[in-house]
Amino acid sequence: MYEVELAELKRLAEFIKTQYNYDFTNYAMSSFRRRVQRVIELYRFKSVDWLINRFSGDEAFFEEFVSEITVNVTEMFRDPSFWRELRDQVIPNLLLNHEHIKIWHAGCSSGEEVYSMAIMLSEMGLLDRVTIIATDLDKGILEKARKGEYALRNMELNKKNYIRYQGKNNFEDYYTVRDDKVYMNPELVENVQYRVHDLVNGPVFNKFDLVLCRNVMIYFNQVLQNSVLIKLHESLFRYGYLVIGAKESLIWCEIANKFIVVNNEERIYKKYRD
Amino acid sequence: MKIQQNRYKAVVIGGSAGSFQGVTKILSQLPADFPLPIILCLHRLKHVRHGFVEALSIKSTKKVIEPYDKEPLKKGQVYLAPSNYHLAVELGNTFSLSTEVMVNNSRPSIDITFDSMAYVFRKKLIGILLSGANRDGAYGMKKIKNRGGTAIVQAPEECLISTMPEAAMRVTQVDHVMKIQEIVDFLGHIHKHY
Ligand SMILES: C[S@@+](CC[C@H](N)C(=O)[O-])C[C@H]1O[C@@H](n2cnc3c(N)ncnc32)[C@H](O)[C@@H]1O
Repeated sequence: MYEVELAELKRLAEFIKTQYNYDFTNYAMSSFRRRVQRVIELYRFKSVDWLINRFSGDEAFFEEFVSEITVNVTEMFRDPSFWRELRDQVIPNLLLNHEHIKIWHAGCSSGEEVYSMAIMLSEMGLLDRVTIIATDLDKGILEKARKGEYALRNMELNKKNYIRYQGKNNFEDYYTVRDDKVYMNPELVENVQYRVHDLVNGPVFNKFDLVLCRNVMIYFNQVLQNSVLIKLHESLFRYGYLVIGAKESLIWCEIANKFIVVNNEERIYKKYRD
Repeated sequence: MKIQQNRYKAVVIGGSAGSFQGVTKILSQLPADFPLPIILCLHRLKHVRHGFVEALSIKSTKKVIEPYDKEPLKKGQVYLAPSNYHLAVELGNTFSLSTEVMVNNSRPSIDITFDSMAYVFRKKLIGILLSGANRDGAYGMKKIKNRGGTAIVQAPEECLISTMPEAAMRVTQVDHVMKIQEIVDFLGHIHKHY
């Protein structure tokens, strides 16, 4: 079977960088290789060059490719203990000196993380005191997030997480079920704006009190992690919070010294210096 | 047994149902100054983040740690794939984690760890597949073999559930079929001649 080699991957990333407004050159090679290999098998291409040829003039196919390259797997209330910490420590702390809280979900995927946030805030009676901006680079997945429709079979895991999170209500209260799909209650996301945004090529567009960037930078190499972290730092108010995935770390990034660790176990940081 | 000196750079061990005892036995008899990094990819409960690494450390001669994303591999350190993430090694010897869909119903998937390490270490990798009830790791063993690495499976008759090593033996020509004690001796031999 045909196996993608490193040189081809580099060529592919360079090609995309020059022809499109995407830059995968500093994505983590191990997963980029797997994703490209998968696309090539899926479409039965014979080589990376076939793939590149297939791009030409076909925007729709290219967008499909971007969707395939990004990893969108997510859960509601992923790491329940993290969400408890957010509820019991971070949010109360922000409320001490904020009437209104601005939250950014960077790399929100299909929106499960956003709904978790909305459910948490609604149970705290805070939904009308927040502005939430949720962004992702993958247009297709962002469309899914906007719709708030999920496969019924995914709800079992989401519910288990919610129960471990120790939410106040019945999880079923937050959606209606029709056939094999669930439709999330639209009131939850009235204050949410979904936007396409690329953390690599995109600008710093706003400032926030809380930024969630969980399980996104694991797909980047160290060089890219560092440059994206600089942007996240710039997107935070001083003393604002940054949260990353359960097994991510900032310590290999230079700018990490402008953050302090608030909760090591749950990977919660605070911007300490401008 | 013919082992080329200084040949190896890393050891990766995959296991599922029935492998805990074997892994513990290997770790408990490992020379304290065993020189290669050992990466464990074991199927585990996805929502239980704690306890496993501690349980493995108890009898181990070396502390077992769960690496963070982009953590550099260290010589002689034992690593365990964290729950609910796939674990890969990058060229340049750092770890990468991923939340991609489950592979063979598993996250971490042994195939993913084996495949990525085969790519990085090629003939300098030793892959060991232990007891288990599914086929995860078989494809990864094939990758290790294709790239010149050494493939070892636990002897099926010693496995609590032999599906996993047998699946690997069906898809590729493994180098050794060994009981746990033989695996321990094999690693000891590498240590002695390192
Ligand atoms: C695994 S999901 C994480 C979802 C959620 N935050 C969680 O922790 O469950 C990673 C997301 O990052 C997005 N992503 C990847 N590269 C990106 C980039 N350069 N800019 C913005 N989002 C990106 C992907 O499209 C994907 O939806």
